[in-house]
Amino acid sequence: MRVTFPHMGFMHIPIKSLLEGLHREVVVPPPITQHTLALGIKYAPESACLPLKIGLGNYIEALEAGADTILMAGGWGPCRFGLYAQVQRDILQELGYDFQMVILEAPDSKISQLFDQLKRLGEKVSFFEAVQAIRFAWYKTAAIEKAEERYLFTLPRTIDKDRAEQLWDQVLLGIDQAKSRKAVDEILNQALQAWDGLPLHHEPVLRIGLVGEVYTVLEPFSNQNIARNLGRLNAEVSNSIQLTEWLNDNLFKGHLIKSRTPHINNCARPYLPCSVGGHGRETVGTTVNFAHQGYDGVVQVGPLTCMPEIVAQTILIRVAKEEQIPCMTLYFDEHSGNAGIQTRLEAFTDMLRRRKALQTENSDFQQGGTCSAVLSRG
Amino acid sequence: MTRVGIPQGLFYFYHYPLWKTFFSDLGAEVITSGPTSRQTIDVGIDHAVDECCLPIKVYFGHVYQMMQQQPDYILVPRLISTEHRSYICPKFMGIPDMIRATMPDCPPLIDITIDCSRETRQLWRDIYQLGTLFKASRKSTKAAYEHGLQEMRSLRVLVRQGYTPGEAMQLWENNGEGQTLDNNSDICVGVLGHGYSLYDPAISLNLIQRLRDLGCKVVLLESCSRDLVEQEAARLPKKVFWTLGRKMLGSALVMDQSEDIDGIVYLACFGCGPDSMVGDIVSRKVNHKPFMLVTIDEHSGEGGLLTRLEAFCDMLRRKQVRELESNIPAYGFYAHSH
Repeated sequence: MRVTFPHMGFMHIPIKSLLEGLHREVVVPPPITQHTLALGIKYAPESACLPLKIGLGNYIEALEAGADTILMAGGWGPCRFGLYAQVQRDILQELGYDFQMVILEAPDSKISQLFDQLKRLGEKVSFFEAVQAIRFAWYKTAAIEKAEERYLFTLPRTIDKDRAEQLWDQVLLGIDQAKSRKAVDEILNQALQAWDGLPLHHEPVLRIGLVGEVYTVLEPFSNQNIARNLGRLNAEVSNSIQLTEWLNDNLFKGHLIKSRTPHINNCARPYLPCSVGGHGRETVGTTVNFAHQGYDGVVQVGPLTCMPEIVAQTILIRVAKEEQIPCMTLYFDEHSGNAGIQTRLEAFTDMLRRRKALQTENSDFQQGGTCSAVLSRG
Repeated sequence: MTRVGIPQGLFYFYHYPLWKTFFSDLGAEVITSGPTSRQTIDVGIDHAVDECCLPIKVYFGHVYQMMQQQPDYILVPRLISTEHRSYICPKFMGIPDMIRATMPDCPPLIDITIDCSRETRQLWRDIYQLGTLFKASRKSTKAAYEHGLQEMRSLRVLVRQGYTPGEAMQLWENNGEGQTLDNNSDICVGVLGHGYSLYDPAISLNLIQRLRDLGCKVVLLESCSRDLVEQEAARLPKKVFWTLGRKMLGSALVMDQSEDIDGIVYLACFGCGPDSMVGDIVSRKVNHKPFMLVTIDEHSGEGGLLTRLEAFCDMLRRKQVRELESNIPAYGFYAHSH
């Protein structure tokens, strides 16, 4: 049994560590490239959303590399993600691949159901070993997130942006290969120090919140590496979604760490009182939260035709006006080009800078800025 | 007299008799925004975000047109679920908030939440609260709602006879007067699609009537036996969690095995999430009948649709003749384009 799974940002690092801890042979799909996407587009339903297509490409490449078992998450609507695994399995079977698909469904109520599902994946694994494996994977994720936070903080502030990016790539590689907590700590501390030592510039730095659908936020390939692009434009990006948070809320039902969700839902309440599936309500809530925290702007990302994000996008028009925070929505599909996105991001950051400058000028007269803008692609 | 506006889009084709009866019984005057016109679509496109699907844009248009008639309230229900553990579509869950965000000066919305996915007690609480808006007692509110449900059922009976919900609605409103079905057709086509796009002639580009004009008998999913549909839909490894999607899939499988049906047409909307998945599953599972998937959006032209329907009908007729001549079964055929 050689297990594979779809990519989502740096999720392959903890999952690989987890499965290896369960004594499974793991085939990590090759990094996502245009070729991966091309495979996905070729076989996936034309109007399906981008994550399904990229995921399908991952599977094909991993199966070609010798995997025979696919690990995938399920779900129960109303977002179409819940049917991904079913459709992908049918497509792969029609293509003649020999494999089995293990679909992890989020437990209805009991956390032990999830442990059972995970334990079944393992081979001759004791309960103690399973818990160890989960804890080590979690440790790695938390370390990467700490590194990411510092990386996103340093990138817009430093002159040496190439070096900052290099360090980030090295951290990912290093933590992936680390075998013990001590090794993880070492890599993390080294990188943190290196980032702190980079030369800084004295230009003002914008703070931008990144909100939207979880896959597009977390997977740089699907969002044309938006965090890096914004960082190079001297804008600090804060992700609304952290992998640990997402896993905690969705897979572990908030049992592992204290969830931020109730607070976010409260923020969204005046605009959207109920869940609309996917990340719709979270998008609205985190945007309001970013506005309260004094961020300069918000960028919403999602795959084209994503239903919950369309609801959120419509409501963000009102949020932008009432909370006075400029919002821009970017949808991505297989036709998205880097140059187009780059131009939009430059225009957006220019607008934010102008607005910020106007606000500081006006604040002497106690007026406060009221300029807000909503841009949408089209 | 309080005037309640009901926009003629989305679940109008399923739930209008219910709400019309309910509000009339409570002593309100019910007005509608009228059938979808080109103008409705244009206004809707102006007000909705670009990425919405066509039926949602049309609904925005209806709400806007409704506003021009200045009703006291507009009914925009928040439709989460109509049955246990099933959903409609995320956009239906947020539609009152979407309307408020884009049309700030609209009259108060009646955004009653319909969620039967877990328990119906909350729904009844909301209905009673709605009754207080019209100063009705709990008892008369309950009676009005039950009367409404009854009327909705009588409409379903008409639909099961082969009328489209639009035609059935006319019959219902005019007490049985309206167009009758003629039966001079030589081929029989099953037509699937979300009711709010399929039964609105402006959205579906009159697909059903066009097929009839081409000499087809049209079978809708509402006329398939409900138990059979559910039974077929349950054969899949995982149940489809969209109510309408599951029904479409089940009916497609029923039609696939039915001897009376010659071919299946599936009307999908561009940008519709459920269609993008269910359409694909259906096209994979329908193996015995010719199947055509038509995708529409606001740019679709009638000419293109008519050509495809004609070609499809011609193909069905040729297949019939060939099957008469030889006993070799013609195998499945699948066409897919915009």
